[in-house]
This record gives sequence, C-alpha cells and structure tokens, in this order.
Amino acid sequence: MDARMTLRVDGEPRSLTVDTRVTLLDALRERLGVTSPKKGCDHGQCGACTVLVNGRRVLACLTLVVALDAAEVTTAAGLGAGEGLHQLQRSFIEHDAFQCGYCTPGQICSAAGMLAEAAQGWPSYVSASLTAPVELDDEEIRERMSGNLCRCGAYVNIVAAIRDTLGAQPR
Amino acid sequence: MRPFKYERAADVDGAVARVAGRPDAVFLAGGTNLLDHMKLGMASPGLLVDVTALPLDTIEPLPGGKVRIGAMVRNSDLAADPVIRQRYPMLSQALLAGASGQLRNMATTGGNLLQRTRCPYFQDLSTPCNKREPGSGCSAIEGHHREHAVVGASASCVAVNPSDMAVALCALEAVVQVHGPGGMRSIPVEELYRLPGDDPQRDTVLEHGELITAVDLPALPMAARSRYRKVRDRASYAFALVSVAVAARIERGSVRDVRVAFGGLAPKPWRARAAEEVLHGAPATVEMAVRAAATELAAAQPLRGNAFKVKLAQGALATVMRELAGEARS
Repeated sequence: MDARMTLRVDGEPRSLTVDTRVTLLDALRERLGVTSPKKGCDHGQCGACTVLVNGRRVLACLTLVVALDAAEVTTAAGLGAGEGLHQLQRSFIEHDAFQCGYCTPGQICSAAGMLAEAAQGWPSYVSASLTAPVELDDEEIRERMSGNLCRCGAYVNIVAAIRDTLGAQPR
Repeated sequence: MRPFKYERAADVDGAVARVAGRPDAVFLAGGTNLLDHMKLGMASPGLLVDVTALPLDTIEPLPGGKVRIGAMVRNSDLAADPVIRQRYPMLSQALLAGASGQLRNMATTGGNLLQRTRCPYFQDLSTPCNKREPGSGCSAIEGHHREHAVVGASASCVAVNPSDMAVALCALEAVVQVHGPGGMRSIPVEELYRLPGDDPQRDTVLEHGELITAVDLPALPMAARSRYRKVRDRASYAFALVSVAVAARIERGSVRDVRVAFGGLAPKPWRARAAEEVLHGAPATVEMAVRAAATELAAAQPLRGNAFKVKLAQGALATVMRELAGEARS
C-alpha cells in the first residue's frame, strides 16, 4: 500500500511515494540514491545504518519511512558544510579509524549524535554520577558508542578519533 | 513482509477504537521490536496504528509526590530526566543499561514494557516454540538455555523477560495506566506480566486494543538511594544474564526499608519479597545480601546450562548492597 510523503535529506527536500513496508534505510539507499548509511544486519544490532532524524541518532533499518513525514534526516554524507568534511570525518581519517569503511558512516553519525547527547548532560551507564557534568573519557566514549560494531576491529582508533574532536565541541 | 495499512492516530480513543476493531491491527510506537518481528515473519499485522504523535510524551508531577511518565516518552529522555535521575536513580541506570544510544532514542516507555523475549527459538521460525506457535513444543528446555529462566518458568516455556526498565519499575511498584475499548484501568507493573503456565503466548494481561498511556511512579523517598546493576556477557549492548534493582533506607549500618527486584531470572521482572524480608532490620552487609538472594532463589529450578544464575544473582545483590551501604555512610 503506497503512501505519498516528503522529508528533508541532508538539507534537500525530497518527495516520494513509497510502499508502507519500506524502511528509512531502503528508502534512502534504493529510492533516493543516498548510499552513505549502510545495511549491515538490517535488524538493529550493528549500527551501520545510523542516521540523525531531527538531530537524534536512530537506526534507519528499524524506522518505517512512512512514519517520518516532514522529518529532517541527516546522513554522514550531509554532516559536513558544503564540500568540506565534518570535524569527525577529518578526525577519523587522521586517526585511521577504519579499515574496510563499511561501518564508518554509521560510526560518524552515531558519534555526532552521541556528542550532542553528552553536551546536553545526558549520563551513561558507566557515569560515576547521574547528575555531575559529563566528562567524556575513553570508557564513556566506548559505552556510548557500543551500538556501533566494527568487524575490522578499529575500535581503538575510533575512540581516539572521537576523543580528539572533544576540545572543539561546544560544551 | 505482508502488506499493511499505516495510520497515524490523532487521539487515544481513536487509536484504541481502531486497533480494537480489527483483530490484525497493532499499535506502532518506537517500532524497534515490532518492525524486527515483522521482518523475521513472526508478526504480520494488517494495520499499524502509529501512536507516537499522541500527547503522551511528557513527564509530569502528580499530587502526593508521584510522577507520571507518558507512554510515548523515549527511553533516552526518561533516563536523562532530572527528576528521574535525582529521585529514582535505579530507573535511569536500568534504562541506560539497556540497548544502545540509537535504540534508546527510538524506544518508548510503553513499548519497552511490551517488548518480547529474545529467546533465540522464539525468533527462529524454523524451530518449535510454544510462545510463538502454541503446542509446537519448547526448543530451549533441552537446547540452548544459558540465558533462560530459573524461576517462574513452566514445562511449556522457559524464556525470560528482556526489559531492564521493567525491573526497576517493578521494584518501585510503578502502576501502568491503560486505555481500552472498555475504558481505563490501572495495573501494577508486577501484575502486568503473566507467568507462562500452559499458555506462554500471552506475555501480559492486556487485551487486544488496550493501550498503555502512562506509568505512574510512587513518591517513595528511599528510591533516591537506589541502584541497578546488570551482569552480562559483554560490557555493553547485551541483554542481562542477571540484573538487580535495589532501593534501600540504611541507617547506622542496618537496613530499615528495602525493595529488591531481579531481571534475567524469570519470565517477568521478579520482585524479591523473600529477599526483602531477610534484609529488613538486618545489617547492610554482603553476607546478608547473599543470604537474602539465596532465600529468594531457594526454590529455583535451573536448567542444565544456567544454574550459574543463582550464584550470579547472589553476587549482584551483594555488590549493590555494599555500594548502597557505602553511600549511606558517606
């Protein structure tokens, strides 16, 4: 059953008619040609499809696109301003934070969402205090990024890449 | 996936009437469990009624110090709420122990309560499972059951409830507000869930068309000193082998009042009243906590591969008791 809808993807308004069964991930990749979010497990276990919806990190594989009418979707391809790379993207390159690169767009969107959550003072399960200001040490970064798997095992460099962006993050 | 119709509900009564009027209709909230089940072929609804736009997304104080959590409040927003962090820390911790940052941004309070077991056989259409297909048999009893129940299970099903949040809510004696075709009712979280008995296909006492609209927390001042501890196979992003939620009033080293609930041990969040009885008036020590958990689980019936959970539960309660006793001294 088809539904007609509009959403913004990486700043561009996009209209489409989709079957109600289509996920955000399949709509982006197969219908709109936005291939930066990747299909890993397609069951919400790997994080490769992570995008930002209205600024929050979510899994595109477990989101029905029909439920997102008028939403603002940001993928890793749309994070940077214009042709320039986002700070997280530069840092991932500098720190060699990937090998095959398949999980990387999801890692970067997840990191962007995670840093915004931390900036709002959200605690994590490893925070010593639920109410103290957030200090993103390596243990905190690992916990907050645990929804993104990397089968190449580039975790050490992923943590380093994210840590390195902290100084310039708005706090 | 079977084709389905999608509708966005404008009000609670309309959503309830729409789902109640069609046997193959379901509510859609965060979708993190439902959509996965639809992909796996375990669920094939003909109509999805999206309830995420309903005005049920706030956390409000109620008279008498109670707090009402709207059913559409996302898990991440609930965990981060200043009132929840200060007054009910074990609830924040339980939420933060569950799933991943992405999933917590999607999953709702009502949906978290209604998520289904992660028993691998339940999710595998090629294997017998009494919960998925009544009468087909249980593959876990003689199969892989390391994560399964040691109390409350039956000969037809040994699956555990996977929710962390529900364990903290059970210890808090939170009350679920439900709207249904026949009107409204209130159900304590502990009574929301059924034990499997002979018909494990029904996880809860909810009838078709009933919608959870809110969860009410009691004032419970002692919950300001509470903790949730989760023991699992990896450090993060895994379901519990054992978890425990504890709220305690400890004075001069003695337990004056206490609430204990376990996760990962049973088909539902397991309120540990026998353990609480042992702890009442007792020294807040590791030894007493071990004894309390052992008393609670004296009648446990572990399977061949999960007897370790009984000891693990003792250790989890002891660790939390030591932390809470230390906090009370400081």
